[in-house]
Amino acid sequence: MAAEVAEAEAADGQCRLRRFSCELGLLSRPDGSAAFLQGDTSVLAGLYGPAEAKISKELPDRAALDVLLRPKVGLPGVLERSREQLLQQTCEAVVLGVLHPRTAISLVLQVLSDAGSLLSCCLNAACMALLDAGLPLSALFCGVTCALQPDGAILLDPTARQEQEARAVLTFAIASAERKVLMVTTKGSCSVQEMQQCLAAAQRAADTIFQFYRDSVRRRYSKC
Amino acid sequence: MEGKHLVKIGCYLAPFEGKIDFTEQYFFSSGSITTADGSALVKLGNTTVICGVKAELAAPAADSANKGYIVPNVELPSLCAERFRSGPPGEEAQAASQFIADVIENSQMIVKEDLCIANGKLAWVLYCDIICLDYDGNLLDASVFALLAALKNVQLPSVTINEETGLSEVNLKQKNPLIIRKHPVATSFAIFDDTLLIVDPTAEEEDLATGTVTIVTDEEGRLCSVHKPGGSPLTGAKLQDCITRAITRHKEVKKLIDKVIKSITPK
Repeated sequence: MAAEVAEAEAADGQCRLRRFSCELGLLSRPDGSAAFLQGDTSVLAGLYGPAEAKISKELPDRAALDVLLRPKVGLPGVLERSREQLLQQTCEAVVLGVLHPRTAISLVLQVLSDAGSLLSCCLNAACMALLDAGLPLSALFCGVTCALQPDGAILLDPTARQEQEARAVLTFAIASAERKVLMVTTKGSCSVQEMQQCLAAAQRAADTIFQFYRDSVRRRYSKC
Repeated sequence: MEGKHLVKIGCYLAPFEGKIDFTEQYFFSSGSITTADGSALVKLGNTTVICGVKAELAAPAADSANKGYIVPNVELPSLCAERFRSGPPGEEAQAASQFIADVIENSQMIVKEDLCIANGKLAWVLYCDIICLDYDGNLLDASVFALLAALKNVQLPSVTINEETGLSEVNLKQKNPLIIRKHPVATSFAIFDDTLLIVDPTAEEEDLATGTVTIVTDEEGRLCSVHKPGGSPLTGAKLQDCITRAITRHKEVKKLIDKVIKSITPK
């Protein structure tokens, strides 16, 4: 299948997102695959499912979703396990698993390069892979990372260097329906107002990302 | 807490308006493990978690010569609930361990520089083992509570480095408590279809819930961690409600800890 590349350069007032790029359907074996690039961070996602589940893992009323996150170097450790749990519960909240009971949906993510905002890139790649596989979803989601700098300024989609210098790094998964919060994880401490400001900035940035999703999918299917 | 609540009377839920002290169901004792440098046993309703802290000496890492180490580990043995099988740590235990490590790092409750004895040569390593004995939901709150209580109970012997031999000398008779800068308290909520939020859920409530949120606050009202691992979506306003509730609960839990610590004389 021809792979389509769509690019978007987003500017959201003062908060800029890096250059986005996405390729859908690039792998031939998985049912859905996507490679998502945010600046220099890139993640490759492959989705298999709904497929037959192992008897020990199958759920009687819905699909069992599991996520595997493989780092660029080394074996997966406790940090990857913790991220897998975040991704799994986020995907489970949007996938209409009740339409496919006693099946297994496996999402495998491979980190190709990490230059900051890795978790939000994984979230975006996961959503694109779900779209490419054609799974029924109740809403789309996107990942946005915010870094709070020592002087209080909010930076969206920070690079690795900006993340290290920041006082706090917050990652949000925002759902497309009413921009509700699907997932939050924070690193470092911040005040309640600062968290609310980051959330508002993330919700604004989500509009740009969802528009980018629409454009990618439109381009992919316009040529078929 | 003031307001309208549903109170369990037998198997019925009755509306109740007034003040409920959540901490009436909480039990905590410290110093129960005599072989550990610090320990605490915490019961939140039926959920029982014990935390033991062992201190060892090690050389600091090359790139951070003035920092010690804190190594938390959460274990969910097959004793605590039927669904945990014996063997390597499962996903929930590993995710909980990562969460505790993040809370220690984000809240800066123990500053690693305080654990350094001699720059580049000797530092303390604190192994914090958190073991769940009875799993009835709300593991994260109980673990953070147990960890805080155990660290407050830790007495470290004073260590000096002999100038001539270069070896460390440990004086077990002279002990100092750890310097704990912040007191983080975790509050977990179970979400039901993004309308109902239940604080401090039991295992039954967690199984039926469509999502969970855990908020860790410190005594200044700052957020050390907002942990919402997926689950049904929440609006910003609902999230703010959770944060406000968490800040109020922090005060109540802190009062309980202070009351118990004051009544214990250090050994």
